[in-house]
Amino acid sequence: MSPSVAELLLQRLEREPPGPGGGLCSLEAAAALGLDHQTLVGAVKSLQALGEVIEAEARAATRWELSEEGAEVLRAGSPEVRLFRSLPPEGLPQSDAMKLPGAQVGFSKAMANKWLRLDKAAPGGPRIFRAVEAVQDAVQDGLRRVQEGDAAGLPERERNELKRRKLLLEVGAPTFPPPPQNDPITPPCRGSWRQLPFKPYNFSALGLPPACGHLHPLLKVRSQLRQIFLEMGFTEMPTDNFVESSFWNFDALFQPQQHPARDQHDTFFLQGPPPRYKYEWKVEEARKNLLRTHTTSASARALYHLACQEKFTPVKYFSIDRVFRNESLDATHLAEFHQVEGVVADRGLTLGHLMGTLREFFTKLGITKLRFKPAYNPYTEPSMEVFSYHEGLKKWVEVGNSGVFRPELLLPMGLPENVSVIAWGLSLER
Amino acid sequence: MPTVSVRRELLFQALGRSYTDEEFDELCFEFGLELDDVTSEKDIISKEKGEGKAEGASDTVLYKIDVPANRYDLLCLEGLVRGLQVFKERINLPRYEKIIPAKGEGQKLIITEETAKVRPHAVAAVLRNITFTKERYDSFIDLQEKLHQNICRRRALVAIGTHDLDTIAGPFTFTAKAPSEIKFKPLNQSQEYTAPQMMDLYRTDSHLRHYLHLIENKPLYPVIYDSNGVVLSMPPIINGDHSKINLNTRNVFVECTGTDMTKAKIVLDTIVTMFSEYCEKPFTVEAVEVVLPNGKTHIYPELAYRKEKVKPEHINKKLGISETPSSLAKLLTRMCLKSHVTGNGNNIEIEIPPTRADIIHACDIVEDAAIAYGYNNIQMTIPKTYTIANQLPLNKLTELLRLDLAAAGFTEALTFALCSQEDIADKLGTDISTTKAVRIANPKTAEFQVARTTLLPGLLKTIAANRKMPLPLKLFEISDIVVKDPSKDVGARNYRHLCAVYYNKSPGFEIIHGLLDRVMQLLEVPPSEENGYVIKATEGSAFFPGRCAEIFAKGQSVGKLGVLHPDVITKFELTMPCSALEINIEPFL
Repeated sequence: MSPSVAELLLQRLEREPPGPGGGLCSLEAAAALGLDHQTLVGAVKSLQALGEVIEAEARAATRWELSEEGAEVLRAGSPEVRLFRSLPPEGLPQSDAMKLPGAQVGFSKAMANKWLRLDKAAPGGPRIFRAVEAVQDAVQDGLRRVQEGDAAGLPERERNELKRRKLLLEVGAPTFPPPPQNDPITPPCRGSWRQLPFKPYNFSALGLPPACGHLHPLLKVRSQLRQIFLEMGFTEMPTDNFVESSFWNFDALFQPQQHPARDQHDTFFLQGPPPRYKYEWKVEEARKNLLRTHTTSASARALYHLACQEKFTPVKYFSIDRVFRNESLDATHLAEFHQVEGVVADRGLTLGHLMGTLREFFTKLGITKLRFKPAYNPYTEPSMEVFSYHEGLKKWVEVGNSGVFRPELLLPMGLPENVSVIAWGLSLER
Repeated sequence: MPTVSVRRELLFQALGRSYTDEEFDELCFEFGLELDDVTSEKDIISKEKGEGKAEGASDTVLYKIDVPANRYDLLCLEGLVRGLQVFKERINLPRYEKIIPAKGEGQKLIITEETAKVRPHAVAAVLRNITFTKERYDSFIDLQEKLHQNICRRRALVAIGTHDLDTIAGPFTFTAKAPSEIKFKPLNQSQEYTAPQMMDLYRTDSHLRHYLHLIENKPLYPVIYDSNGVVLSMPPIINGDHSKINLNTRNVFVECTGTDMTKAKIVLDTIVTMFSEYCEKPFTVEAVEVVLPNGKTHIYPELAYRKEKVKPEHINKKLGISETPSSLAKLLTRMCLKSHVTGNGNNIEIEIPPTRADIIHACDIVEDAAIAYGYNNIQMTIPKTYTIANQLPLNKLTELLRLDLAAAGFTEALTFALCSQEDIADKLGTDISTTKAVRIANPKTAEFQVARTTLLPGLLKTIAANRKMPLPLKLFEISDIVVKDPSKDVGARNYRHLCAVYYNKSPGFEIIHGLLDRVMQLLEVPPSEENGYVIKATEGSAFFPGRCAEIFAKGQSVGKLGVLHPDVITKFELTMPCSALEINIEPFL
C-alpha cells in the first residue's frame, strides 16, 4: 500500500463536506481520486490499524446500470412505443402486427397502457388500432436519467419496474469492507485456484501474535545468573528459610548487637514462631527471629556445615534468593528483593583472587569496565564495592559489594586458620 | 553510612590546594569515601521547603561526603583533612599527648553509686586554651551530633556534654537523683525547670523528644553538679545554660556518660583528638581524674597507643601483592598507622593511634595496606580451585517446571512474599489462626503483616492489577511459602509451591485440571491410585462447593484444585470466574 493513498484519503476527509449520513463514501472517493476501490479500502484498513485515526463503517451502496436490453431501449425506444409508432393509422391484423419490431414484448404493455385497441370482430380476423393520438416514452426517459447518473432521482416504483423488466441492473458495490474473499488456495489444492481471483495480502501489517506463555523478566535474569555461576563451577547453596534467627543473620556474621541494621525500623522481626535454639548462645538478642535481611546468613550456615566436615575441601558456593527489609514501598524502595551471592573458600585466597573472580563474573554479564572502591562491611575485611562504568549515565555506578570474610567469623565456626573465604553480593533487581 | 557536610572552600583551604569536583571525587574513591553530592545551603533548603524559603540562604558550595560507618575519626572536617593529608604524605601524623596536671591541680569527676541504676559510666577530659572560630565552633558541635547519631546510637550508649570550664568549679559530681529533686535552667531557656517539667517541655521538641525515653521511666535521673551545686547537665537530655560554650570559650570540659564504657572512651578520644588541634599546645589534652563509686580512680582520656606486629608476607599473601617490608610499612603509615620494620625485616611493628578504634584484628591492618596500595593496582588473578558445580535439586526442578508451564501457555508472575493477614485468611474464607502463618512484629504497613502461606492471593492480586489484559488470563508462579514448623531451629520453614490460575468468562476447571495432568506427566507421575496421583472431591473454603478436589501423590496430599468461590473472587476485586491449582512440589524431588 502506497502511503500516499492514505494521505490522499486523509486530505480528502478533511476537505470534503460530509456526504449523506456523514463521512465519505469510499466508492465516490475512489472515483474522485481515480483509484481502484480495493486500493482505497486497503488504505482505510491500514489507517484503522493505527488506532484512533479514522472511523469507518460498512454501508451497502448500490449502483444502477443499464442491461444490454436497457441500452437497446435507450437507443431505439421501449418496445411498446416502437410498436405503437410502427402501427399504420388504419390498423393491422393482429397476426401481421405481431411481426412488427417490439411487438412480442410491447403488445401487452401497450394494451395495458390503453394505447391500442383490439377489434376481435373485424373482417379477416382480429385487428389492432391505435387508441390514442400520441404517446410519451417514459421507459426510455427513465433509462436516460439513469444513464446520466440520476438513478437516485427516479421514483422507486418506476426504478423497480425497470429492474423487473430487466432493463436496469442493480449492481451491488459495497463500499466498506469488501465482501469476504476466500483465499483461493484452500484444501484440497486440486486446481480450483486456477479460476479464482486472489485476494491481495497486506505485507506491511503485523502477523497474528502466537498464543504463548511467558517467563517473568526478572526470573529470566535469575536463570542467566544461575547459569553463569554454574559455568564458573559454583554449587548452589540452600536458602529455603525466609525466617532466620538473629544469630545467623547478625551474630554469626560478626555484626555487633548495637549495629543500626539490627534496629526495628530496618529489620522485620517476628512475633512468632518461638525460637528453638540448639546453640549454647545465651544472649536473648541472638534468639530473636526475623525475616533474613541478606542471604549472607545462608552463606554463614553453609560455611558452618563446611567447617563441620572432617577434612576441609575447597568450595565455591552461590545463591540467589529473596531478602527482606522493613521499608515503605515507593518507586526506589522495595520491602523484598533478590540477593545474588557468591562465595569461594580455599587456602591462601587473596584480594587479587576476589577481584579476578569478580572480573570473570561480570564479564559473563557483559560488564567489562570495572573498578574497586574501599568500603566497610561488618563481616568482611578488606571490603570493596564494585563499580562499573555506565555508558548511558556517563558515570561509574555501584554494581556489587564484596570482601574477604573476617577471621572472627570463620574461626569460631571451626574453619582452619589458613582458609580464606572471599564473597560478593549484588541485587538481582538492580 | 554517615554523611559529613563540609564547606568546599574551607576544605580546600585546609588541604592547602583546590581540586575540581572530579578530582576530589577521585580522591574520595581511592580513600574509600564517596562524594555523595555537591550542593549548597540554598539548594538544600529549596529542595526541602521550596524555592521561596531558600532566599537569603548561603550559596557557599558544600561537599556531602559519605564516610564508612566504622571510621569515627572522619566525621568532621578536621579528621577528614588530617586523614587525607597523611594519606597523600603532605603532613606527618600528629601524636596526641595527654598532659597530667600536678597533684591537686587537675579536674576531678566523682561518680556516685546511684548512677548504677540508670547510666553507670562517665569519662571526661579538658581542652585547654582552645581558640574557636565560627567554623571551628560549628564543626565542634556538628561532630558531637554525628557521634550521637552513630556510635552513641542516638545517645542510648553514650551522651556527650561540653562545658565552659571557666564558668564552673571542680570537683564535679556525676550522680542520679529523683526527678523532682533536679532543678536548673536548661540550655537556651530563660527560667529554671524541674526535671519532670523539662520532660514535659521537651515532649514536643522535634529534636529532644527522641531521647526522653532513655531515662523517662527510671526512678532516678542522671545529673552532673560542680562544687558549687551548679548543674552542668542532665545526661542524656540537656546541658545547663550556665556552662554553655561559645566562640570565646577558652577551656572546654568534656564529659561523656553512658551505658557502654568502651564506646564512651572511644567517643571522648575522638572529640579530644580531633579538636586538640586548636589548643595552644596543639594535639595536647589535659587529663581528668575520674573517681569510681568503689573509690578507685582512672585518668581520662586514655589516648591509648597500641602496638601490633604483622608479618610482611602475611599482608602480601592476603592481598596477592609482593611489596618489600619497608614499602608496606610506608603504606600503613599513610593510613595513620605509624609502622616500621623490625627483626631483620621479618616483622612490621604498627602503632595504632587512639583515633583508629576500628582496628581490632590483623585483617583490619591488611585492609589499610590494600587501600594505601590502591585496590585498582592489585593484579587480578583467578583462584586455581577446581570444583564441580551442582544445582540445588529443588531449584533445578523449579527451573524445568517453569519452562514447561510457560510452554503450556501460562505466564509467570512474581509476587511479594509478605502480605496482609486478610490476604491469606479472611479473603480466602478461613481464620488466620488456622493458617500456621508467621507473623511480623513490627510491620510498617498492613501489607507486611504476615509471610504468605499460599501463592494464590498474590496471583489474584496480579490479575486485579491487570484487568485490562485480554481474556483469558493464565498465570503461574513457583515460589516459596512460609509456615510455622516447631521441628526447625527457627521454628518455621519454607515450602516450594506451584500455583496456577485460569481467569475467563467461564471457570475453566477442565483447563486447570488439564494443567495438573500435564505437570504430573512432566514429573513422570502416572494417573493411578497406586504409585501415581489421584484427585478426590473435597471441600475448601476458597472453592465453590462441588468444584474442588484434593490432589494425592507420593502417599500424601500435595495440594488442591478447583473453581474459586464467588466470594473469594469478589473480595479480590475480580469479576470473572476463576479456577486455580496449588501444589507443593517438594515431594516430587
